[in-house]
Amino acid sequence: MNRIPILRLGQALLVTIQVDMHDELALALEEDLTQKIWATGARGVLIDISALEVVDSFIGRMLHAIASVSRVLDAETVVVGMRPAVAITLVELGLELPGIRTALDVERGMALLRRRDDAEAEGDVERR
Amino acid sequence: MPDTQTAARLIAQEEAAIVSEWLRLQEVDGGLGSGRVSSAELRVQCERFLSLLRRGLAEGAEAVQDPAFTELRDVLRELSRSRAIQGFTPTETATFIFALKEAMFRTLQQDADAAWALTRLLDGFGLYTFEAYQRAREEVIARQQREISELSTPVVKLWDGVLALPLIGTLDSERTQVVMENLLQNIVDLNAEIAIIDITGVPTVDTLVAQHLLKTIAAARLMGADCIISGIRPQIAQTMVHLGVDLNVVTKASLADAFALALRRVGQSVGRAAPVARPGA
Amino acid sequence: MSGGDLREIRSSDDVVRVRQEVRARAQALGFSLVDQTKIVTAASELARNALDYGGGGTVRLTELRNGGRSGLRLEFEDQGPGIADVEQALRDGFTTGRGLGLGLGGARRLSNEFELVSQPGRGTRVTITRWK
Repeated sequence: MNRIPILRLGQALLVTIQVDMHDELALALEEDLTQKIWATGARGVLIDISALEVVDSFIGRMLHAIASVSRVLDAETVVVGMRPAVAITLVELGLELPGIRTALDVERGMALLRRRDDAEAEGDVERR
Repeated sequence: MPDTQTAARLIAQEEAAIVSEWLRLQEVDGGLGSGRVSSAELRVQCERFLSLLRRGLAEGAEAVQDPAFTELRDVLRELSRSRAIQGFTPTETATFIFALKEAMFRTLQQDADAAWALTRLLDGFGLYTFEAYQRAREEVIARQQREISELSTPVVKLWDGVLALPLIGTLDSERTQVVMENLLQNIVDLNAEIAIIDITGVPTVDTLVAQHLLKTIAAARLMGADCIISGIRPQIAQTMVHLGVDLNVVTKASLADAFALALRRVGQSVGRAAPVARPGA
Repeated sequence: MSGGDLREIRSSDDVVRVRQEVRARAQALGFSLVDQTKIVTAASELARNALDYGGGGTVRLTELRNGGRSGLRLEFEDQGPGIADVEQALRDGFTTGRGLGLGLGGARRLSNEFELVSQPGRGTRVTITRWK
């Protein structure tokens, strides 16, 4: 089975989802990411979904699970690049992904992770 | 000899006289006194039309849709279109054809069959101008509707990463949907992390519109942008509260206050990421 | 109802194919990007429901032209255990499976018309329509 590649970007992991994933592929990604966070000690996870034309409740659940698991492993998850039509549809679906941080693009997502690190160093951990 | 060819021959004999009479009649009835079409321009149009008509008739064409009249139809369509845009009434526009009927009356008296064939043909062209006029007006209206809807959804870039959507007038649920989709697309296009929705110019908001507004804010958050609502009137505030809305929406009294907050947020993030302070931050 | 095109839903690859076909149809009908996304997402939810809870099923895609309006109708059918309490199943957050429990209620919100017929022990049929 194909798997979605996970890249290392400094202290963070970057996943760019470019295919219309079937469910097993999504579950495999969740599994792989958890392993990789643990193995690398990454502080953040960026999931770039700018190529995704559809996010249904299953993918929504996957994003939610990744964010929760990574938080337990002390890594912050940022979902970046969601398209407007996808965002509108998710809201209509009732899936507003509370607890997941978002950013417009990878660059801004990285900045968000850096700020969290800085804030933590100052003893001001922000948890949403 | 077929009737149409008889008509063509009769027209050819008195072509110049027909054009003069035709022009005179249009001065009277065609609303041309206002100078929207110059008399030189009109003369060219009339001469062209008449010669195309005569040629078509000589080829035996009897109906408006005849291939021999292709060029004539193009001329007529363009003429009707330009008059529709210039603001002529449908009657003034159709007078172009109906005045020709009158101008040729005397000429065609010589042959009743030819007169009948031509009368029917010109009636057909008269209707054709109406239709072309109507289509052109519809195009104008459609274009204006597009322009109005674009004008009513002005997304303005206020600063790097900050945009504003000043809403004016009553929002119905359809317009709100268009406006909001437009806002979200602009967030992507302008790479804006903060969007200020200013509703100072909105007198009332019904439940459905308020819901659209809040869904948009939720969608913007999913995309990675924050919204600030400014200029909420007391009545709208009540609507939102009755909706049970407490969606962590940041609100500010005025657009200026919202902008100040947006600048602080953008400034802070830029300041932290790079040590050089940005002007205005 | 007859007419339309029937597609099998037997694996999660089929769910992906249903999404892609619904997208292509909605595009061809001239749906706006947002409307396309809504019906594709609804189709994804219902196709997965048919697969996960119904043990697989079918979807019938029908393009509708009604006067000046055009629309897309999708009928999902399975021969699974059916739904005992339809009202409960439509409520957000209710799930007996691995989703977030937004499938049915979400699909309803993403559609203009929604109809659910279920007979416990016999199967479930969900019909959604979205107009342009």
